[in-house]
Amino acid sequence: MAAPLCLFLTRPRLVWFFSIVASGLAFLISCLLLQQVMASGTISYELGAWDAPWGIEYRIDQLNALLLLIISSISTVVLLAADTSIRKEIPEDRHTVFYILYLLSLAAMLGIVATGDAFNIFVFLEISSLSAYALIALGKDRHALWASFQYLIMGTIGATFILIGIGLMYQMTGTLNIADLSIRLPEVAQTRTVFTAFAFVIVGVCLKLAMFPLHLWLPNAYAYAPSIVTAFFAATATKVAVYLLIRFTFSVFGLSFSFTHLPLQVVFMVLGLVGIFAASTAAIYQSNIKHLFAYSSVAQIGYMIVGFSLTTALGLTATLLHLFNHALMKGALFLALGAVMYRIGTTQLRDFQGLGRQMPVTMAAIVIGGLSLIGVPLTVGFVSKWYLVLAVIEVGWWPIAVLILLGSLLAVVYVWRIVEVAYFKPSLEGADSIKEVPLAFMIPIWTLVLANVYFGIDTRLSVQVAQAASQSLFGVSP
Amino acid sequence: MLMGLYNYWVVIVLMMVGFYIVIAHGNLVKKIVGLSIFQTSVFIFYISMAMVDGGTAPILDEGIKQYSNPLPHVLILTAIVVGIATTALGLALIVRIKEAYGSIEEEEIQKKDNLDC
Repeated sequence: MAAPLCLFLTRPRLVWFFSIVASGLAFLISCLLLQQVMASGTISYELGAWDAPWGIEYRIDQLNALLLLIISSISTVVLLAADTSIRKEIPEDRHTVFYILYLLSLAAMLGIVATGDAFNIFVFLEISSLSAYALIALGKDRHALWASFQYLIMGTIGATFILIGIGLMYQMTGTLNIADLSIRLPEVAQTRTVFTAFAFVIVGVCLKLAMFPLHLWLPNAYAYAPSIVTAFFAATATKVAVYLLIRFTFSVFGLSFSFTHLPLQVVFMVLGLVGIFAASTAAIYQSNIKHLFAYSSVAQIGYMIVGFSLTTALGLTATLLHLFNHALMKGALFLALGAVMYRIGTTQLRDFQGLGRQMPVTMAAIVIGGLSLIGVPLTVGFVSKWYLVLAVIEVGWWPIAVLILLGSLLAVVYVWRIVEVAYFKPSLEGADSIKEVPLAFMIPIWTLVLANVYFGIDTRLSVQVAQAASQSLFGVSP
Repeated sequence: MLMGLYNYWVVIVLMMVGFYIVIAHGNLVKKIVGLSIFQTSVFIFYISMAMVDGGTAPILDEGIKQYSNPLPHVLILTAIVVGIATTALGLALIVRIKEAYGSIEEEEIQKKDNLDC
């Protein structure tokens, strides 16, 4: 919404300031929305004053409100650091373009979450992906171009699959409104067309989600994009895809259809677990830290999928909690990596030697973020894993709870590799000149890190919202 | 039965052709073209879906009683725009890849990437 306005502001500095204001306003609005939704239930807004099943409707319930909050808050915090970071990584004349694309993709992600219309989801999805491809291609070495191209191919296939699925649903029901679809689909649920539609939508969403084994585009795209872009997308883009998965399986197709007619539960459970292990193991062997954390993102998505595949209210609560918490962790970690990039110009593991002494504050942030990834008590990671394990035990699948804990041990290994290099190896020669990063970086990083700890201790807000959201989802689809 | 669903057969054939090109070809431009064909098949799918037997164009006029469903046409207009944007962006990326790597063959790019790492 604010992106076109940026075209008129030619001075990068001004554009930056304007972007922060826009994103901050979005953040405030989503806070208010969350409050209102928690107090009074679903809000719906009819675009262009057409009534719901015909016109496009924006519909906010607890789930959307939570997602809106995550996206807008992360984007605001990340933008604070943007000015300093991109001056180092992107040529001067492209700064305005960067902010335009950034705002465009922010608006599109908020749009995906807010809209109550299936076709509108596709349009917003493509807007956000197109701006994402362009943002990734802004990365400074040529790998970024290739990564962006691969992402474009995979992303477009995924989006087209979703389009086919939506088309098939429209063919069967004659409606595109999500609430309306959920009422009409059960009448025709036993036809093969609906099964096909479901399959197309799920595969398409999973491509966007980077769920194992469809995750191949993600590590490269994250590793070579500019640091700010990585921080923003790692924290938000996959979350939006998880939202779509939840929305389509629970609201649109309905719980009984999604999970009783198809072996989806088993498939997701197995893929989630394999994803955790395969991606964590891959993370251990990476020499580029951005790659390492990108693989760890794939593993964390595995946790979300496991929680999701339990199909109980508690499991879904765990998934939503992890959604929220993972956004905080990865936002903090990738921002801190951006800070390292700002000072030493690379994120190779071997260049991290002795950084614990040169940049103590930044490295401390990485360590806390890492602990949170592992799930150490007093951090957010602990809370969501706790709920996940509780949910698994509630269903009575002990071996899976054990496997989840083993997955955390793998996280210990890869986080430890960074700590070891940064704190226990002697500094590289000529490293004395490396200083701490400027305050513009420090504030956003530590905001996110403190949020990590705060929500790890005081879980009321996040847990309440996640519970309310998952209960409302189960209420809608009995 | 077979002829009645003629459009849908075309859709499936086009879809598979496009998908195959995306997967099998190493040339990046061919990949983008394959992707375009893949998307086009979906457009045709939507348009065939809107057909109503004996219907004409949806124009508000006295003589017209039965008309085909205009909504999918509108939807697909949006999707075509999205498709053009994707193709344009893909081609632009290829130009820059060519500048950076000096090649648009997937294998050669991969080889150069591996050398860098």
